[in-house]
Amino acid sequence: MSEALLDSPAALDTPLVIADRPLRSRLMLGTGKYRTNAEMVAAIEASGTEVVTVAVRRVDLDRTKEEGVLHHLDPSEYLLLPNTAGCYTAEDAIRYARLARAAGFTNWVKLEVIGDQETLLPDADATLRAAKELVADGFVVLAYTNDDLITALRLEDAGCAAVMPLASPIGSGLGLVNPYNIRTIKARLSVPVIVDAGVGTASDAAVTMEQGVDGILMNTAVAEARDPVRMGRAMALATEAGRLAYLAGRMPRRERAVPSSPLAGMLD
Amino acid sequence: MSDTLVAEEITVRVNGDECAIPAGLTVDRLLEHLSLNPRMVVVERNCEILRRESLAETVVHEGDSLELVHFVGGG
Repeated sequence: MSEALLDSPAALDTPLVIADRPLRSRLMLGTGKYRTNAEMVAAIEASGTEVVTVAVRRVDLDRTKEEGVLHHLDPSEYLLLPNTAGCYTAEDAIRYARLARAAGFTNWVKLEVIGDQETLLPDADATLRAAKELVADGFVVLAYTNDDLITALRLEDAGCAAVMPLASPIGSGLGLVNPYNIRTIKARLSVPVIVDAGVGTASDAAVTMEQGVDGILMNTAVAEARDPVRMGRAMALATEAGRLAYLAGRMPRRERAVPSSPLAGMLD
Repeated sequence: MSDTLVAEEITVRVNGDECAIPAGLTVDRLLEHLSLNPRMVVVERNCEILRRESLAETVVHEGDSLELVHFVGGG
């Protein structure tokens, strides 16, 4: 029976569902910062992810920059999640979200309103205002936020389909700096909690999923790895491992040792 | 008789830069003129997002300010 259990991944977990849409992976990836488009596509494939984020930017009319990402990623194979990266006001984020929706692929948006250029930490107040307006306008809003419970609750109340607290600053690779805050958020929210930003390597992803969160989004950890394809695969495994460890229910921590082998039956 | 072969040009702003384009173009024709695929580009004209269905009906006028955007890699 244990073999049957291991052969059936579906039996080990249920899918992550956001806005009534079941997803095939709890890992989401960004499409930025890769050295080449070929590497991006290969890493994303290796990761088994379904949701990929994209940014909205001016077309380069001089053709000195790369073509759009849809020349390399098939939008029918992935769920595109446009972001509002680079926006520092609610008004800008709303504008970018509407532009993204007008492309005709999705009404999902990863809402980001940044409050500080150096840390790229979110502006909670502006994020909340933008979230309310975008929800009213029919968007499925996944809101990037800090790891403050109150902000997370307000974003949920505003109608966000998912709340995305950071593990640590964007691109920092510092991993999960405050597991207590993330656990608190997960314990109190009803909508999916997807940790976004700051993951650096596979163990970070596993530790993050062990907090019980529903999913994880990363970009730099894969794109800036020496071998993004290997790291994409590592992250897929780590995300699953952390999730299973959480569902399995870990042993308690103790400050005194407890032997694993019996005390009885020792020789004279 | 006027020289009908000389195309009238108008000045518009595209992605922040002024440029001269043939007069009378619809937005989808402008995208073709710029060698862009209309299915991959979203157009904002004078701060108003144009629906894809209206690109063939909307004529670009002198002084219009257009933003042409698309999806790029991002986190």
